[in-house]
Amino acid sequence: MDLVLSEEQELLARTVREFVNGRSSLKRVRRLRDRHDADGFSRELWREMAALGWLGIVVPEEYGGAGLGWLELMVVLEELGRGLMPEPMISTVLLGTSALLLGGTDAHKREHLPAVAGGERLLAVAYEEPRSRYDLNHVEARAEKSGSGWLLSGEKAHVLDGHVADWLIVSARTSGGPRAAGGITLFVLRADTPGVTIERQSRIDSRNAARVRLDDVRVGAETVLGTVDHGGALLARVLDRATIGLTAEMLGGMTAALEMTVEYLKTRVQFGVLIGTFQALKHRAAKMYIETELARSVVMGAHRALDEGRDDGTIARLASVAKARCADAFNLIAKEGVQMHGGIGMTDEHDIGLFLKRARVAEMTFGDAGHHRDRVARLEGY
Amino acid sequence: MAELETFREETRRWLQANAPASMYTPYKTQDELCWGGKKMQCPPDTKRWLEVMAERGWTAPTWPKEYGGGGLAKAEAKILAEEMGKLRLRPPLIGFGLSMIGPLLLQEGSEELRRAHVPAIAKGEIRWCQGYSEPGAGSDLASLQTKAIRDGDIFVVNGQKVWTSYGDKADWMFVLVRTDFEAKKQDGITFLLMDMTSPGVSVRPILLISGSSPFTETFLSDVRVPVRNVVGNVNAGWAMAKVLLGHERTMIADAFKERDDAKRLVSLAREYVGEADGCIADPLLRDAITQVAMDQACLDLTLERSRDNMKAGHKPGPETSIFKYYGTELNMRRRELMVSITGPQGLGWEGPGYDEDELKLTRDWLRSRGNSIEGGTSEVQLNIIAKRVLGLPD
Ligand SMILES: Cc1cc2nc3c(=O)[nH]c(=O)nc-3n(C[C@H](O)[C@H](O)[C@H](O)COP(=O)(O)OP(=O)(O)OC[C@H]3O[C@@H](n4cnc5c(N)ncnc54)[C@H](O)[C@@H]3O)c2cc1C
Repeated sequence: MDLVLSEEQELLARTVREFVNGRSSLKRVRRLRDRHDADGFSRELWREMAALGWLGIVVPEEYGGAGLGWLELMVVLEELGRGLMPEPMISTVLLGTSALLLGGTDAHKREHLPAVAGGERLLAVAYEEPRSRYDLNHVEARAEKSGSGWLLSGEKAHVLDGHVADWLIVSARTSGGPRAAGGITLFVLRADTPGVTIERQSRIDSRNAARVRLDDVRVGAETVLGTVDHGGALLARVLDRATIGLTAEMLGGMTAALEMTVEYLKTRVQFGVLIGTFQALKHRAAKMYIETELARSVVMGAHRALDEGRDDGTIARLASVAKARCADAFNLIAKEGVQMHGGIGMTDEHDIGLFLKRARVAEMTFGDAGHHRDRVARLEGY
Repeated sequence: MAELETFREETRRWLQANAPASMYTPYKTQDELCWGGKKMQCPPDTKRWLEVMAERGWTAPTWPKEYGGGGLAKAEAKILAEEMGKLRLRPPLIGFGLSMIGPLLLQEGSEELRRAHVPAIAKGEIRWCQGYSEPGAGSDLASLQTKAIRDGDIFVVNGQKVWTSYGDKADWMFVLVRTDFEAKKQDGITFLLMDMTSPGVSVRPILLISGSSPFTETFLSDVRVPVRNVVGNVNAGWAMAKVLLGHERTMIADAFKERDDAKRLVSLAREYVGEADGCIADPLLRDAITQVAMDQACLDLTLERSRDNMKAGHKPGPETSIFKYYGTELNMRRRELMVSITGPQGLGWEGPGYDEDELKLTRDWLRSRGNSIEGGTSEVQLNIIAKRVLGLPD
């Protein structure tokens, strides 16, 4: 597969961009934040996105999706990322959907995927814990056998869109010590199951995240996703896909932040000239541009690898390469963006700061650059 | 699609049947590859590899067959490159003919010049050098002073070029000369092809900090060059020069695509730094190695994307500056890292106490400092991106 967008994909990109420009300005994003909106996103827009077919892009047609590829999803995520749209794509469309596609039984898929693609159901994957940092295998939450089902207890943190989710996918330990690679199991349960308490967290980028407490939550055997004790490997594959999708969003964010900054260099006058004439700024802007181009290549390469059905090792490696690059690039561009705006860049009123905040959160979602470099080294055996 | 798969099969079989065994061994620097030319000295296998590939036109796979190329479509050429990559075969021929002046002549040259020069490039018969820079004209290339005065159907050329890479090994030079002394500096330049054996051409090697002497000062005194050797039009050489620089920058970045890069760094680190718990013992060096390998992966994908874009009909643009800037910066980082990994064993200049690989690694590091200078400095590349891509004001 060539590393270029097809005409259809270009057209899709334009459609999404028009949608974002027309329906979701950064003002709307601010309004959700400033009014402490109960949902933290717009259900109306979410329904429109479902009607446009964007929530089920990689879901097979038999489960109510469009049966298209990851490159199509990339195009959508990038454009949404340009507009910093907070709608629950990562939690529901990337994490939740991937978990069901990779680990679900036919019954699970029939139960959830049509509702997800239709915009009627939100999912959240609760895998991080207060002390787990980026280690997926650090799971202290426990699942004890109880009759034919399980009893879950423990605490999860940084659960994306946790407080609006209708269903949760939770990792819990069914055997082994708190950091063992084996012995982890994934469960899919209703968010209002008795014993589940969800508390919204407030983070710098004002997107949804939550703590989830599990106090003797009783679930049936049918809630197990994948096989008992082997949820760790499944989770890693799910996160690789979500990570790749997240890099598309980050690519959009960094591109928009760069454009905003370059525009400012062409309008702000000091010393009687445009500040864009200063070589000290030009060279830094050029380097920022180079970063976006390299990021675009690896983000496309990673999505292509998914469409080509590459093996898990290749996907894992590309996910990490893309994530490390996008984390560094988005942070650099956002920080330089603030610097080149001068004082106005420090104000809440100016939009460049929104990108800085999102860059930092996106960096640490699914592991920062250092984490992913370490992972690549491990995968390569050194 | 099926046809391309057949082509892939056949190509692989042909390569395996025809490549001499030693062409599968990895090379450390381009000096071990074949540059062609009348003064060529290379091992028999290298020569044989050049001959069989040139016979098929696969030294220049996409050039038209009538000019000694392979006449392959871009998709086929990509397959050939992929199959050679999978087999880890060395390229049969490299040099400024293939990467710079050949493409320019095919794009802009007269039919006469194409016939005269392009097939000889594809066969590796003639080696070329580049006469752009002068003592007073480096980044500000357009201020060059070497003059050419017309005398009937001859130009008489006088002046001095400098930093002429392989000036002592080349058979011909493509050279920029001033032909109009009144016009704006970009508008008085002509692009000429010059036989290095012409009377009045003399070269003097320049020694680099790495101890090698790959380039020369080139003195031109009353050198007679036929007017028919002008590429493009008289006084319109600047446009030619810029098209060629685009080819040059892509080539420079391509040249740094080192296969097995991470593996080499890792094996060096295992040897010199050692391991702890199955990981390279020094976590900072380990991280730096991974960073280089990952950055290279991103650059490779960017080169691939650019090629696929051209295949889809998009014109190559200022993105060649990205390749030049990033490819060279990355290569320099890699060379720095190799010396860091090797530690005090990476500081030898010559003599006992250092093995051949160590000495080479050190000198390669010194040589690499020129990567961000040759072919237009890094600062100049950033200027180009700022102006042409980002549209920042002068
Ligand atoms: C290994 C090697 C091989 C080479 N091979 C060839 C060859 O085969 N043929 C050939 O013709 N030439 C060749 N060159 C020459 C090369 O193209 C020039 O050295 C290069 O263009 C820089 O010119 P200069 O050396 O005069 O430096 P200068 O132009 O004097 O630059 C000095 C410093 O000033 C900076 N600078 C200059 N202008 C600007 C600006 N506008 N903005 C910001 N910074 C600026 C430069 O980036 C540099 O850091 C080679 C050079 C090297 C090192």
